Amino acid sequence: MITDTSTFNAVSSGEFEHPDTIENQAFGFWIYIMSDLVLFATIFATYAVLGHNYAGGPTGKDLFHLPYTFGETMLLLFSSATYGLSMLAMNQNRKDLVLRWLFATFLLGLGFLAMEINEFHHMILDGNGPERSAFLSAFFTLVGTHGSHVAFGLIWMSVMMGQIIAKGLSAPVQSRLIRLSIFWHFLDVVWVGVFTIVYLMGVM
Amino acid sequence: MNRTPIDSAGAGRGSFKSYAIGFILSIVLTAIAFALVMQSGELSRWAVSFGIFGAAILQILVHLHYFLHLDTTSAARWNVLALIVTLLIMILFVGLTLWIMADLNYRMM
Repeated sequence: MITDTSTFNAVSSGEFEHPDTIENQAFGFWIYIMSDLVLFATIFATYAVLGHNYAGGPTGKDLFHLPYTFGETMLLLFSSATYGLSMLAMNQNRKDLVLRWLFATFLLGLGFLAMEINEFHHMILDGNGPERSAFLSAFFTLVGTHGSHVAFGLIWMSVMMGQIIAKGLSAPVQSRLIRLSIFWHFLDVVWVGVFTIVYLMGVM
Repeated sequence: MNRTPIDSAGAGRGSFKSYAIGFILSIVLTAIAFALVMQSGELSRWAVSFGIFGAAILQILVHLHYFLHLDTTSAARWNVLALIVTLLIMILFVGLTLWIMADLNYRMM
């Protein structure tokens, strides 16, 4: 009993003194990302089943504009690279550089989200909202779920920029930045699946 | 900052070189995939599908290796194992869904 209590106190007071803490937290977050991938797999499966049920409405060929999608893809890819530069700056303990690259990542992510919302907005205005056909329901569910992940990533990123300014690059802040980097890079991985299966296959 | 646990595993472990290689490879693979669909003059539908799915799988591997630093070292072993199990579940979900729905579709025709 005494041993249990002392162990508990050691964990709660000096959590970040344990050398494996950041790794363990990153691994725990990795498991969450895996469950998120399973979520995306179910939505991709739904899209694959419903993707050709146009109900007499527009097809991917009528709706998608590939240069536009290519622009979105580039924004997300550049944001992955700038996040990587931010992690490198963090390893060198350069607070100003971390903030600068994180802000660049934020702007690129925001640009991606703005392009996606603009695309959705025009589709809905033209009467091609999620209620138009099973294909469009599945499209808005899949692309919208990815977009909402990006939106939450941006909220998380702005909170982290505030924490870096307020607390500096302390061990808990670094741990959170590492987990956000896993989240952000995985959003790009999922987007590779989205632009291949939805946009490229849709236009073919 | 003598203590650097972030260097031993996971996403905090990259070098400028690994991010640069991953970034360039990703751009090239994305450009190939889009060009295949946008300029597919003489290519058959199957060839284009094969090309874009090949590019997508390669790009996902590039992201996992150069951005998320997955490899076969012992530090990343549990991450890789979790990912493999997840991939199995994903393949079962997507594959069996398509099989069951295609079968239902066929039988109700």
